[in-house]
Amino acid sequence: MGSDPEDCYLLFLSGVQCKKAIMPFGNTHNNFKLNYKVEEEFPDLSLHNNHMAKVLTKEMYGKIRDRQTPSGYTVDDVIQTGVDNPGHPFIMTVGCVAGDEESYEVFKELLDPIISDRHNGYKPTDKHKTDLNFENLKGGDDLDPNYVLSSRVRTGRSIKGFTLPPHNSRGERRAIEKLSVEALASLDGEFKGKYYPLKSMTDAEQEQLITDHFLFDKPVSPLLTCAGMARDWPDARGIWHNENKSFLVWVNEEDHLRVISMEQGGNMREVFKRFCVGLKRIEEIFKKHNHGFMWNEHLGYILTCPSNLGTGLRGGVHVKLPKLSTHPKFDEILTRLRLQKRGTGGVDTASVGGVFDISNADRLGSSEVEQVQLVVDGVKLMVEMEKKLEKGEAVDSMIPAQK
Amino acid sequence: MANSFTRMISGRNTAALLASLGAGTLATGFLLSENSSLAAEAKKMLYPPSSDYPDLRKHNNCMAAALTPAIYARLRDKVTPNNWTLDQSIQTGVDNPGHPFIKTVGCVAGDEESYEVFAELFDPIIKDRHNGYDPRTMIHPTDLEASKITNGVFDEKYVLSSRVRTGRSIRGLSLPPACSRAERREVERVVVTALAGLKEDLAGHYYSLGDMTDKQQQQLIDDHFLFDKPVSPLLTCAFMGRDWPDARGIWHNNEKTFLIWVNEEDHTRVISMEKGGNMKRVFERFCRGLKQVEHLIQERGWEFMWNEHLGYILTCPSNLGTGLRAGVHVRLPKLSQDQRFSKILDHLRLQKRGTGGVDTAATGDTFDISNNDRLGKSEVELVQMLVDGVNYLIECEKKLEKGQDIKVPAPVAQFRK
Repeated sequence: MGSDPEDCYLLFLSGVQCKKAIMPFGNTHNNFKLNYKVEEEFPDLSLHNNHMAKVLTKEMYGKIRDRQTPSGYTVDDVIQTGVDNPGHPFIMTVGCVAGDEESYEVFKELLDPIISDRHNGYKPTDKHKTDLNFENLKGGDDLDPNYVLSSRVRTGRSIKGFTLPPHNSRGERRAIEKLSVEALASLDGEFKGKYYPLKSMTDAEQEQLITDHFLFDKPVSPLLTCAGMARDWPDARGIWHNENKSFLVWVNEEDHLRVISMEQGGNMREVFKRFCVGLKRIEEIFKKHNHGFMWNEHLGYILTCPSNLGTGLRGGVHVKLPKLSTHPKFDEILTRLRLQKRGTGGVDTASVGGVFDISNADRLGSSEVEQVQLVVDGVKLMVEMEKKLEKGEAVDSMIPAQK
Repeated sequence: MANSFTRMISGRNTAALLASLGAGTLATGFLLSENSSLAAEAKKMLYPPSSDYPDLRKHNNCMAAALTPAIYARLRDKVTPNNWTLDQSIQTGVDNPGHPFIKTVGCVAGDEESYEVFAELFDPIIKDRHNGYDPRTMIHPTDLEASKITNGVFDEKYVLSSRVRTGRSIRGLSLPPACSRAERREVERVVVTALAGLKEDLAGHYYSLGDMTDKQQQQLIDDHFLFDKPVSPLLTCAFMGRDWPDARGIWHNNEKTFLIWVNEEDHTRVISMEKGGNMKRVFERFCRGLKQVEHLIQERGWEFMWNEHLGYILTCPSNLGTGLRAGVHVRLPKLSQDQRFSKILDHLRLQKRGTGGVDTAATGDTFDISNNDRLGKSEVELVQMLVDGVNYLIECEKKLEKGQDIKVPAPVAQFRK
């Protein structure tokens, strides 16, 4: 670490003794810990059940614990959320986050096996395909609105040249906001909209955003707070949406940007089209400012949580499946269709009244079009099965093969 | 272009060459690199302190009142010997604009050196919080001679329980906001080893939070001894919940009158308590226990963090000095209805809390009454003030019972002259 070229440059420039400083932010940069043996520092993961706990051994920890990314993020920063949150009642959590783009490289030994575990055996040598051509989607405009109450596609985008929400400073976060607001302000047509900064919205605006189900609140989930993502709330956080309320961008929540396309009813095709068109426009504007999106051909779009690598895409519907959901093979069906279920309140909730949030399970290793296609086809099938069950007919012959 | 710069920085010699080209060129080259996050130093240049200065316009805590942009600019890039920064110290105050019942401090120390490295911020906060105490010039008295207390046994018709608590930090180990897992485990080891040496009425047992049985846990809950993972954002935003419950635990003596929390908000919290009104005995045990524990850790080459200006060093600046909160649960049904109640407390330098502790409101007519002050007066002085004050409150209550009138006492003097 001491003879690293970057250190030489630092010494000359600043003219003072400086250890690799910890900018912008990290809560685990205690130098003294390197004086302790690995066993003394290694976290107690005996009660833990998340991806990080399954992968992180003492040996691995010993090997990577004195590394830092160029912006100063350490392995203890990466894993803190997983140490503090042994498990989740509904889903197997990842248990680690990236602080910057380089985290995925500097801590490869830890993150590659987690990525493989989480993303169906994805290998360090695999390439990820990006496909945002909505024309490649087949169908998707005829999901029965009597069952499919709403359709939504979301993804995240990180902006190159900035560190990620667990690690960024107030200055960086504000710069991200400024850049994002400029980019969004230049959108027109169906994408013309307005930005509502969290810290200065009026009561009336807040009420409206709540009614529209657009408002995101200060994270309370310890998965996020233990990763440092709620720091300085609500500074530089905000919500942008178009006049039609069908295209929505969250700024500086769990990722730099979360981009959401949604509408009532079952026209997933339209939702996906708007999603792709809007994303492309936004990306062009950011590129012009020399701050394109973080992306590489191995991991696709780089986001804070390793679970969102690749497409970062969650395309889903709120769908009424009161009978099918009580069928003993319901979970099996979902698995075979490569779909997952959530309650209608989102990731940390249970279902209410037989209405489920059904979305794609995969993120990395298949494209956006492929993932939305799975949702469209799978939901169509399940609605047909529901209708059969309503008539008292069996659905066993309709149970699909593994996709 | 950025890549060629990066390739050039390949050794000490070329660094000298590049530096001579001018910091500006190099920095620009580095800054323009689209291929990587900015290195730490480059980032500091791109983001001046003004870009990072927190928005404190809606805030009402001691840190927000003291932290000017100029102070922030001077302190932002400083680090303590174990790399603790100002941003980390103030994070809890930025994230928590205010508290419904008390004016919070809004910053914490990560280590003993924080109070020195960030003195420009901590000194005015200490002054604000501790009645004008100036750490640069004033000396804090330490006095743990419990025999000096007079009139320290209260009327048990009114006082239901008596308690004294303080904290102690182990010198050389980082404080709860900053400590690594190994450091925290070391604190536990040092303290638990020392406590094992206590004898007679102080002999006891340690219960590690992670290893206790369900039965032990239930007993600790029933005794009101168990502390839980912090939920208060004042603590969680200051990183004190990390790695829970690793190296946290509760020690208490067999008689359940002397209790030590390990690695909660401070390295140790030391509590002496009992039902009833014998504050003198509670304080006597407190002092005896503290002295013995100090002796036991010194035998092994450790000591408490202490200096003559700040007294005992603890995580929160509000607990500097004695770190002592001596209090009672006392029934004051009539007095609490009197509109002079707050003023009387204020003049006696006492504070009221609900019987659930700092984040609760009082229910019914039973209050937690304790000393306001921590720094600038000794332990004996503060406990005596509490004793005198509670006796006065009881007198008022008795007067009101008889239909007599009460007087608001003159304010107690501040610091020793």
